[in-house]
Amino acid sequence: MAPLIVNEIISPDTNLFIAFLIGIGFGFVLEGSGFSSSRKLAGMFYGYDTTVLKVFFTAAITAMVGMLFFSLFGWIDLDFVFINPTYVTSALIGGVVMGVGFIMGGFCPGTAFCAFAIGKLDALAFIGGLTLGIVFFTEGYPLFEEMYKANYLGTPTMNELLDIPRGVFALGLILMAFAMFWVGEWAEKKFPREEY
Amino acid sequence: MSEVKKTKYFNPYIGGVLLGLVLLAANFVSGRGLGASGAIKSAVVSTVNTVAPSHAENATYYKEYNETHPNPMKSWLVFQLLGVLVGGFLSGALAKRLKFKVEHSPKISSKRRIIFAILGGMFFGFGSQLGRGCTSGSALSGMAVLSVGGFLTMAAIFGTAFMLAYFFRKNWI
Repeated sequence: MAPLIVNEIISPDTNLFIAFLIGIGFGFVLEGSGFSSSRKLAGMFYGYDTTVLKVFFTAAITAMVGMLFFSLFGWIDLDFVFINPTYVTSALIGGVVMGVGFIMGGFCPGTAFCAFAIGKLDALAFIGGLTLGIVFFTEGYPLFEEMYKANYLGTPTMNELLDIPRGVFALGLILMAFAMFWVGEWAEKKFPREEY
Repeated sequence: MSEVKKTKYFNPYIGGVLLGLVLLAANFVSGRGLGASGAIKSAVVSTVNTVAPSHAENATYYKEYNETHPNPMKSWLVFQLLGVLVGGFLSGALAKRLKFKVEHSPKISSKRRIIFAILGGMFFGFGSQLGRGCTSGSALSGMAVLSVGGFLTMAAIFGTAFMLAYFFRKNWI
């Protein structure tokens, strides 16, 4: 039955309207979790606030487990769900460049829009920077095209790569997330801070 | 007896479950994950199409993009990102956090904070195009569907930020 759009249960225009509603939920949860504060986000890298780690990994395992069960019950056909393609070189280099941007700017794109929505002017500056960075890429594309398309593996998933059942990988990731939450709670006690 | 100060934000684990449900809804309804940088790219391409149509017809990136996206602004991510602005505003309004300000460590000036925000944004924007998505589109959404690329990007973003944290500590703590 799902994804609804692929099976033509909803029209393309309805899909865009639902995208707007989903965005409202996305923005509301990000802001409510404190992701509109760059100092809170950056706190993750100094151990004084590990909210990012907790929210990010709880969200990833919730959605992952949800899809696993939906597919088990026959509610969603995972073959029609978009799986991000894997280009090893650009995934890694792009990630490193984003990591530099994260520690310098204190936001990622989604959280910057969320922070801008409540009036953070540093987030507006970050969004201006994002736009410039994207223009550098689109304008200089011929220079980066080779790197952008190197080492393409198709759309492998982690369980395929490790050759284990999807559920077993999911269980492993959940246990790993719990271990990280434990470290996060420990770090927050060790490096106390004020609330931003 | 001192008054216990309540935290003004959601419990992070509850926030995480809610965010996971939003992501699950996106996959259930639209067969795709969340994102942010892709919407800015749509706006960039759309602006170039309008301001410099001949350049958009000749430069490789815009040419390829326009072939597959007949109307760049009528995209899922653009509508979703408009929703993010509304949702963020609503949450901030309910929690009384609406305020124009430049947030920064007391050790640095607002000017320094703005300069670093612009520079950081430039790196993040460039990286998000090279990596085919940012923290939302590539790392979070990719991890939820177990994409190998999503895990690689996530590890690279957080690993790099951790490694460089020491050099930028004055900006934050």
